[in-house]
Amino acid sequence: MASAVFVLDLKGKVLISRNYRGDIPMSAVEKFMPLVLEAEEEQQAPTPCFTHEGVNYLYIRHNNLYLLSITKKNSNATMILLFLHKLTEVFTEYFKELEEESIRDNFVIIYELLDEMMDFGYPQTTETKILQEYITQESHKLEIQVRPPMAVTNAVSWRSEGIKHRKNEVFLDVIESVNLLVNSNGNVLRSEILGVIKMKCYLSGMPELRLGLNDKVMFENTGRSPSRGKAIEMEDVKFHQCVRLSRFENDRTISFIPPDGEFELMSYRLNTQVKPLIWVEALVENYAGSRIEYMIKAKAQFKRRSTANNVEIHVPVPDDADSPKFRSSIGSVQYAPEKSCLVWKIKQFQGGKEFLMRAHFGLPSVKNIDDTDKKPPIAVKFEIPYFTTSGIQVRYLKIVEKSGYQALPWVRYITQNGDYQLRMPENIKNNKMPPI
Amino acid sequence: MTSLRAADIIFDTELYQTRILPVINASIMAVSKPRFFTTTKKGENYELRADLNSEYRDRRKDAIKKVIANMTVGKDVSGLFPDVLKNMQTDDLEQKKLVYLYLMNYAKTQPELVILAVNTFVKDTDDTNPLIRALAIRTMGCIRVEKIIDYLCEPLRKCLKDDNPYVRKTAAICVAKLYDLNPDLAIENGFVSILQDMVSDSNPMVVANAVTALAEIHEASSTKDIFVINTPTLTKLLVALNECTEWGRISILTALAEYKPVDYKEAEHAIERVIPQFQHANGSVVLSAIKVVMIYMRTIRNEELTKQLVRKLAPPLVTLLSSAPEVQYVALRNINIILQKRSDILQNEMRVFFCKYNDPPYVKMEKLEIMIKLANEKNVDQLLSELKEYASEVDVDFVRKSVRAIGQCAIKIDEASERCINVLLDLIDTKVNYVVQEAIVVIKDIFRKYPHKYEGIIPVLCQNLDALDEPEAKASLIWIIGEYAERIENADELIVSFLDTFRDENSQVELQLVTATVKLFLKKPQSTKNIVQRVLQYATTECDNPDIRDRAYIYWRLLSTDPQAAKAVVLSEKPPISVQSNNISGSLLEDLISNISTLASVYHKPPETFLGKGRFGADAVQRRAIEEQEEASRESPIQAQTKSNIENLLDLDFSDPSTLTTSPISTASGSSAPTANVDDLLDLFSGSNITTSPGQSSSTHQNNNLSNDLVSLF
Repeated sequence: MASAVFVLDLKGKVLISRNYRGDIPMSAVEKFMPLVLEAEEEQQAPTPCFTHEGVNYLYIRHNNLYLLSITKKNSNATMILLFLHKLTEVFTEYFKELEEESIRDNFVIIYELLDEMMDFGYPQTTETKILQEYITQESHKLEIQVRPPMAVTNAVSWRSEGIKHRKNEVFLDVIESVNLLVNSNGNVLRSEILGVIKMKCYLSGMPELRLGLNDKVMFENTGRSPSRGKAIEMEDVKFHQCVRLSRFENDRTISFIPPDGEFELMSYRLNTQVKPLIWVEALVENYAGSRIEYMIKAKAQFKRRSTANNVEIHVPVPDDADSPKFRSSIGSVQYAPEKSCLVWKIKQFQGGKEFLMRAHFGLPSVKNIDDTDKKPPIAVKFEIPYFTTSGIQVRYLKIVEKSGYQALPWVRYITQNGDYQLRMPENIKNNKMPPI
Repeated sequence: MTSLRAADIIFDTELYQTRILPVINASIMAVSKPRFFTTTKKGENYELRADLNSEYRDRRKDAIKKVIANMTVGKDVSGLFPDVLKNMQTDDLEQKKLVYLYLMNYAKTQPELVILAVNTFVKDTDDTNPLIRALAIRTMGCIRVEKIIDYLCEPLRKCLKDDNPYVRKTAAICVAKLYDLNPDLAIENGFVSILQDMVSDSNPMVVANAVTALAEIHEASSTKDIFVINTPTLTKLLVALNECTEWGRISILTALAEYKPVDYKEAEHAIERVIPQFQHANGSVVLSAIKVVMIYMRTIRNEELTKQLVRKLAPPLVTLLSSAPEVQYVALRNINIILQKRSDILQNEMRVFFCKYNDPPYVKMEKLEIMIKLANEKNVDQLLSELKEYASEVDVDFVRKSVRAIGQCAIKIDEASERCINVLLDLIDTKVNYVVQEAIVVIKDIFRKYPHKYEGIIPVLCQNLDALDEPEAKASLIWIIGEYAERIENADELIVSFLDTFRDENSQVELQLVTATVKLFLKKPQSTKNIVQRVLQYATTECDNPDIRDRAYIYWRLLSTDPQAAKAVVLSEKPPISVQSNNISGSLLEDLISNISTLASVYHKPPETFLGKGRFGADAVQRRAIEEQEEASRESPIQAQTKSNIENLLDLDFSDPSTLTTSPISTASGSSAPTANVDDLLDLFSGSNITTSPGQSSSTHQNNNLSNDLVSLF
């Protein structure tokens, strides 16, 4: 339960606010920035919730804004923080960008949304699509006065009735993001897949959908075995609120009435033992005061018939490096001094291939003593279409609507990088590298 | 003549601006987007007032937007109250909302005038459009003015029985608003009992809001009998749980957490119905469900089932770590609590707590805490290589904490202590100053835990003596030297090296130095007599710190009377130390489990410790909130006039702009002073409370004495 919600700029100036309960002086917000700064000064990282003189402050950061909520009760912190995130989501969907400017330009609608999304400090309707049905940017003309969509209070609070599409289509995107953490000795510390199934639903009426996956637990429950391929074991699954959770708990059936348009149907998580898809090895030779040299080896450790697109390998270099020289067996290399890294771009990286890149930087002869050696990791970006690491498969998507139309589902698979980090190895001391 | 003409011209343009320009403006505005935050000309309120009373609809609406824009940037526009109020009666929904918003913000400043809004409000609660009915009842509840409340009851009663669930769910929350303002009124009018019936409403959203409102009223009530869940209600809530929105689910789960199942069967059944919520995309729903399960598990006797549940709890907790960092933080703080209750829950999941380079510091710190909790023989090697990696990062606090964590591993896991020592030696080898110092502090603890096991490394430590400048590190090394004086060949030299700077040291170091010297003397009496005399001499005569002086005196006396006794005392066996992995006491832990996901679980403190008391207490804060709003009204000159004559005001002739231009100035200068006064007043009260209470007790004491005397007289 939140007493008030504020949007502030980075200096702590209030851009817009809404007082929901009138039980805390709104001037309490003036203490917010000083308290955050004070925590920073005492070298304690300011935490997302703190308490001061009986007022609790919970906040998140988004772009150059703070979204802050205050309460004087022992409120549900997770709920308030998630609500603030939901606010940024809704505002972003309404205004494209959420920043100081867009708040100024849209203050009327922001007040309307704040009024509709929370009442007396309790979150209410936060589905953008439903909100957009009765809170619109065009001012309301007299002839047609909007009414609350049935969906606001229905058990199906995410879909309005009477939706019509000329062509009934469903698009499923199965997107797997690979989170990888490799330590400086080249040992994989953590390899995790975060998968999401996104849907674009253009279906008329109130369709009932049932999605079948090659879910191991389901096969085990029913005593059947998958007709082809293997079944996968998802460690944790999260569903959009349209999915009937108790049904899933009972027999692992994913049944739902979808919202109209785009949404994220489900997400899942699993640990994998598979080889990191793109493996990067680095050799670094640092001659402090004169130069630093890199040898980077990149290897695509997936099947030859797949290709990774738009691969970017970001290798950190010292802040004060200069006069870069590169040589690579494929792709292009650029120095990005603003990020203190070099970026090796490879448009198409076929499975099983291996490439080399060499880089050479000059270093100033005098090193700033204050410069401590940050050790950011190597980061890799990539996209592998028509491929999932987990082997998840959509077996069927059944669509039943009372009018009996036929709708074809389309499925696409893609694997991409998530938080994909390989820590830099120690610098080597002896001169092993041949000159570029 | 010329000057007069100039004045004429100015007058003319003003006229032009106010009378002619706006007409053109209206047509321009349709084309270009009006800027509401721009004009800051003198007499802006005057212009706004004219526009608010304009005959053109669009101009009035734009003026309202401008008023709201001014309100948003913190300008005082309370002076326009009557003019804005006139625009309340409209078919334009957006305009209505803006006027309502204005009313909510300034009602407190114009309590007399708010009455004029009542008619429209009541009319709106009868509108054919449910959106307007709900809007009216929602806004009325937010206008926290005594006079409005009397008019709220009838419309509220109507709305609670409305056909449309959107109106009902809004009215349900409104009951909580009314109760907050006037509990008696809410009960007398039967609203609370209507609310209790609404828990059985056909619409899940209405049920959720009724539950929300009841829970809040229950908490605020003195009788605590407003919302008592029984078995039939439990069934209803479990049904509604699957049907309402994510936020409604949180309300219901929070209510369920307050319920105490009658027996293990009911608990098992409820858990079974709650567990599907682990799969919800909203992390707050998940954590609330976890809370219910954790609480109900207390009632369960079946050990097999408990094990099964513990297994089911792990995946959703791990998934919470993929949320936004702020939510991760709350999740980590909660995992910390849950681990202390059920240590087996995430045994094989330590890797998910490894820190990422871009994790915010507050997340990294919490992850470290949890990793130490999860450390065991099997995973300690992995953990140590991680901690070593962290110790080479740049965030000093994080590095220090990582080094400490290595020490905690050594103390927690006997088998790993040697590996920990090796990692620490590697770190000392890096010569990074704060790493070395932290490592030495940690090694002292390891020596305490495993006496006489790792003395071999003492020379390495002593090599770094010159690098130490932090008291704790220095004190640690001195302790080590004293403790192992017999094994360190040049212990006396090392001690002596500290003596020259004795008086500049921190008292912590001085204390260790005194003790270490005495230990040294007891172990090597021949060569160190001079040193100990010098130290004790200095500590007893020149040192200002009584702790050090006293200790030195005791040592001196011990040494001079009975050296054997001194040995027994100073060189006695020390009690073993252990790592405090479960640092929350039993009763507090249970309390925190009951508060999972709330602020208490984040702070690891029971709610009563951080919910303000005295002048920061809930009531005092609320009082100040009200005063803050009323303050503005005292400063607003228009209010003074209003009190005398409302009707007159509504037809005010606005030709006199002076009242308007002065209003923002006077509030600006006045607003800070009165709040300070309020603070002073509160200070006075709290101060007097403190001073009177001992007075009272002493007087009662006297009374007692008197009566005692009287008694003894007889």
